[in-house]
Amino acid sequence: MLKINNLKAKIDNKLILNGLNLNIKSGEIHAIMGPNGSGKSTLANVLSGKKGYKISGSVLYEDKDLFKLDIEERAQKGLFLAFQYPLEIPGVNTSNFLKTSLNAIRKSNGKKQLDALEFLKVVKSKAAALKIDEKILNRQLNVGFSGGEKKKNEILQMSLHEPKMAILDETDSGLDIDALKIVADGVNTLRDKKRSFLIITHYQRLLDYIKPDFVHVLMKGKIAKTGCSELANELEKVGYENI
Amino acid sequence: MKEKELNKIKEYKYGFSTDIETIKAPKGLNEEVIKFISKTKKEPKWLLEWRLKAYKRLKILKEPNWQKPKYPKIDYQSLYYYSAPKSFTEKPKSLDDLDPKLLETYKKLGIPLQEQQRLNGIAVDAVFDSVSVATTFKDKLTEKGIIFCSISEAVQKHPNLVKKYLGSVIPITDHYFATLNSAVFTDGSFVYIPKGVRCPMELSTYFRINASQTGQFERTLIIADEGSYVSYLEGCTAPMRDENQLHAANVELIALDDAEIKYSTVQNWYPGDENGKGGIYNFVTKRGACRGKNSKISWTQVETGSAITWKYPSCILQGDNSVGEFYSIAITNNYQKADTGTKMIHLGKNTKSKIISKGISAGNADNTYRGLVDISGKAINARNYTQCDSLLIGNKCGAHTIPYIKNKNPNANIEHEATTSKISEEQLYYCNQRGLNQEEAVSLIVNGFCKEVLQQLPMEFAVEAQKLVGISLEGSVG
Repeated sequence: MLKINNLKAKIDNKLILNGLNLNIKSGEIHAIMGPNGSGKSTLANVLSGKKGYKISGSVLYEDKDLFKLDIEERAQKGLFLAFQYPLEIPGVNTSNFLKTSLNAIRKSNGKKQLDALEFLKVVKSKAAALKIDEKILNRQLNVGFSGGEKKKNEILQMSLHEPKMAILDETDSGLDIDALKIVADGVNTLRDKKRSFLIITHYQRLLDYIKPDFVHVLMKGKIAKTGCSELANELEKVGYENI
Repeated sequence: MKEKELNKIKEYKYGFSTDIETIKAPKGLNEEVIKFISKTKKEPKWLLEWRLKAYKRLKILKEPNWQKPKYPKIDYQSLYYYSAPKSFTEKPKSLDDLDPKLLETYKKLGIPLQEQQRLNGIAVDAVFDSVSVATTFKDKLTEKGIIFCSISEAVQKHPNLVKKYLGSVIPITDHYFATLNSAVFTDGSFVYIPKGVRCPMELSTYFRINASQTGQFERTLIIADEGSYVSYLEGCTAPMRDENQLHAANVELIALDDAEIKYSTVQNWYPGDENGKGGIYNFVTKRGACRGKNSKISWTQVETGSAITWKYPSCILQGDNSVGEFYSIAITNNYQKADTGTKMIHLGKNTKSKIISKGISAGNADNTYRGLVDISGKAINARNYTQCDSLLIGNKCGAHTIPYIKNKNPNANIEHEATTSKISEEQLYYCNQRGLNQEEAVSLIVNGFCKEVLQQLPMEFAVEAQKLVGISLEGSVG
């Protein structure tokens, strides 16, 4: 699904990713943990196509060069990023945003556009399944949302888009236990043989609910250690310093 | 997006011109030209005298120069003040006699005039350069006693109404461009809604400038008699030309007791090219008088075109309990400039006004909201609410808010809110990540920003206006 080879990324002449290698196969869940400033969010940004980075190395997404695709093309081809800080867009109704975005993706994949009623049916059932209050749909996009509501909104969008490759950038940060379960549910419901996840997190807590196939420790822009899900527990005990 | 596709959508869709034989007044502005216009239109003597009086006044007036967008001096002697298709020497009796080129032009503009293709529920008066070419659904409106025709026709058929109301809101002594219009106005629409009648359909005028080196000076007069209601919409386009063309219209609205007029504008004159060459100077005077008690006038404008837009659709709230509203979206891209807003003049008791203005500026454009809320000593319990929001796209554009408030009444209630924001790179990135391209993202964000105003438009036009909002900003990012 995603093959990252010797990836380096600079911003303002500061080297953030320094030769990162990672291979994510279909159906796998990878967790990336690491201390502040180790390059976790940069990795998510670079993969999703955010501008402003100087990049070398290669990333193949479904065996094609990811860097040749625009941000929206990556999204249309099934790469989804749940933002660490979802953006507020005043005046734009959440439901309308979700519909426009879903239809843009459907359109690029040659699927029929959903009209307002069809969409409402889909989004309401998804929200209900995730126990997300559908009231957020009638509010302005992320405006005045609590931290938890913003993250739930990201998970709702993930479940609407049904991406092939979902990246969660510290989606668990700042969440109470109920919201955390919603995030985990979102991932576990979508989990299947054809879909991959890259879960970026600070804490081992989320991994109590989502069992990753691999856990990587990111230090100074490189994968310092890879293990199975027990590695997360170990990290929690000894800290990053001792890896 | 591929470059070719981008060029295609950036193109001004209405930029074609119609090759048609015209009759023009001699070039320049003088008494002879005014007499020519009046004679060609077979006007009564009083109207010619009225025009000449305005012209006399014009000679001592100076062009105002306090506005923010400056423009090169206009040579008024090098313009044509009257241009009409030759086939209009005698006005065609029916659409069958109309030059097919004209029918084709309006069809291309999406305004079919032919009976079988007419827009549902909308009566259209089509104005081409200096003449009205056709008015649809006339019979159906006549049944209700509604008069909807060109102002030239009204002068002939309803002289008393015209004489009574023409210039009663915008006097011939008003200001330079309004007075110029009074001297040389050519055509426009006339509406009269009788007492207690609710107009059963949208009335609409479609203005088209075609001829080059020609100014368009149309005059619209709408009278809503006691207890009546009308919703009126105007649309405008012009061919792409390198020169700047002057459009100086006057619009007068009169609402008597308990009457309501809703006036919507979707202005899409040619804005000039991406380097600021060409485009229309849209210097328009629009004013409504809420003359009767409990009357209401509501202006909604979506201004996306023109090189310079300079207008302040205003309400004079004379009648007690009368209401004035102004909803505005002004979008400027590339080198476009806008200085627009409203004047709310509170004279009667318990008068209320509401101003919602949304200015969007992109490229090298400059956008000014300028408004006046004037509350007289007699306007007891007057209330005003003003909200001005500006949205910037990019780093080279400007937004300005200049609200004037004059209050002579201690118990008046005046509120003013203003915000300025910018579409951030982060917001665009977020939208892109959800599968939207730059254009779609900007369109979505801007439409959200303008929503309160778009909601005011008649349903049939809201969708078009939404698309237009997106199109006018194409190429403004990325």
